[in-house]
Amino acid sequence: MTHTLPGLLDTDAIRKDFPVLSRTLHDGKPLVYLDNAATSQKPKQVLDALNRYYEMHNANVHRGVHVLAEEATALYEGARDKVAEFINAPSRDEVVFTKNSSEALNLVANMLTWADEPFRVGPGSDVVITEMEHHSNIVPWQLLCQRTGAKLKWFGLTDDGRLDLSNIEQVITEETKVVSVVHTSNILGTVNPLDAIVRRAHDVGALVVVDASQAAPHVPLDVQALEADFVAFTGHKMLAPTGIGVLWGRLGLLEELPPFLGGGEMIETVTMSASTYAPAPHKFEAGTPPIAQAVGLGAAIDYLNAIGMDKVAAHEHALTAYAIDALKSVEGLEIIGPDTALDRGAAISFKFGDLHPHDVGQVLDEQGIAVRVGHHCARPVCLRYGVPATTRASFYLYSTPGEVDALVAGLEHVRGFFG
Amino acid sequence: MGANAGMKLDSMYQEIILDHYRNPHHKGLRDPFDTEVHHVNPTCGDEVTLRVKLDGTGADAKVVDVSYEGHGCSISQASASVMTDLVIGRTVVDALKVQEEFLHLMQSKGQAEPDEDVLEDAVAFAGVSKFPARVKCALLGWMAWRDATTQVMEGQK
Ligand SMILES: Cc1ncc(COP(=O)(O)O)c(C=O)c1O
Repeated sequence: MTHTLPGLLDTDAIRKDFPVLSRTLHDGKPLVYLDNAATSQKPKQVLDALNRYYEMHNANVHRGVHVLAEEATALYEGARDKVAEFINAPSRDEVVFTKNSSEALNLVANMLTWADEPFRVGPGSDVVITEMEHHSNIVPWQLLCQRTGAKLKWFGLTDDGRLDLSNIEQVITEETKVVSVVHTSNILGTVNPLDAIVRRAHDVGALVVVDASQAAPHVPLDVQALEADFVAFTGHKMLAPTGIGVLWGRLGLLEELPPFLGGGEMIETVTMSASTYAPAPHKFEAGTPPIAQAVGLGAAIDYLNAIGMDKVAAHEHALTAYAIDALKSVEGLEIIGPDTALDRGAAISFKFGDLHPHDVGQVLDEQGIAVRVGHHCARPVCLRYGVPATTRASFYLYSTPGEVDALVAGLEHVRGFFG
Repeated sequence: MGANAGMKLDSMYQEIILDHYRNPHHKGLRDPFDTEVHHVNPTCGDEVTLRVKLDGTGADAKVVDVSYEGHGCSISQASASVMTDLVIGRTVVDALKVQEEFLHLMQSKGQAEPDEDVLEDAVAFAGVSKFPARVKCALLGWMAWRDATTQVMEGQK
């Protein structure tokens, strides 16, 4: 079966760059990797950059005058430049490297835990999130509230998987200090109307944090157009290795807010009684950073830029529309989340009759099809829609309509197996 | 290679398991009961609420009833069903021995020779022990039962 959907990338060529995609499993079945929202596969170009770094340049950064130390520093800081350009940051100093999105979000929450006026969060102030957040954008704010006496509020969800902003004026108020919201839901696929939230939050003087973990890999991300104050994302979902993430923050805020982790690299001077801190971003990067991983992220960004993020987005949009139609034709399957490709990312969660996702996933695995099953670290979403868990298929730039067809055929097999 | 690469799915989904999944035994919450517990499998969202009713104390204590409600995969549901068959009517001491034997089987990574005289239908879960992600599913109901039973026994002291 051949497919000609407008907007698709040349996946035959792209897939050659990803060694793991040619694996076969379970007696020769080709791997159909549909777990991209959990983590992406890595192209040779990224793996080569990691190897080259370790084989040629490995040294610690920002300390030492020898050649390797200078090269390692240039590569690490070069990766920061690439990230800054990738997200259209006004300044490279606004790019803080972290270990992942979770650490980036915890970092913001901890800056605010210790902040003085005008950023102080305490009794009488509110923190606002949404019911569709990943646990990484819920728990840090619960901790902040427990530690400061602030109150946690959140936006609920509509039946069709969107944010319910009908009460935005009651949820975001003069008491609100910070609003943290996901750009694209990892479980529902929903792309949120951030402009309305940012506008209301800034009207009342609240900071806005955007969890862009499922956006940075998939669509052009422009932090200036977004107008948020902080943006978090994670390298491993965008072709880079694990262990590297990014917190972008407005320079003025990074300068004013206090550091969280202390250690080497983040200081200016240290005496036994007190220290002064390095300017941002180093103020927030205590200790030896994930150097090779940052270099790998830089290589991943080069790879994505060579294809073009607008083309990646168009490919996934076409594939998502195709997949939604195909899945809707499967008897007993119910999509949890928006059931159109409009304002939607490439992660599709669904319920399949009365079968538990674990069983669905296990029988799909036997056919070489890798999907994620469970609550996807967004348990409140499962509670909201009355399901214990979902099965989720999620696509990326190397995914094909043929893989969607394989999923649909796989689901028919699952039905037969338990039928 | 993954631990289960090339492994046959049928070794996990034995017919006995599918039977218990389709027609679970002793399901539904019943009165009277001594205590109720709620256990979850945080990685996958399986949940069980389980009640136990014991009779007698100490070494004479007997499992009179175990009732449960929950949602989860075929493995967790079938395992809870098999567990109720195995523990209801036994002394707590004997039932705990069966539970230990089942736990041992599930931790064996497919290496243990299950004792069919002790485990009866539960031997069908031997294959599950080769799938690390599913062992917790098979243990959910058993762990809830042990927790509830231990709570009742402690409360008697
Ligand atoms: C929306 C969202 N936020 C946060 C995270 C956390 O990312 P990480 O585990 O890399 O910190 C994820 C990924 O699991 C995600 O999908």
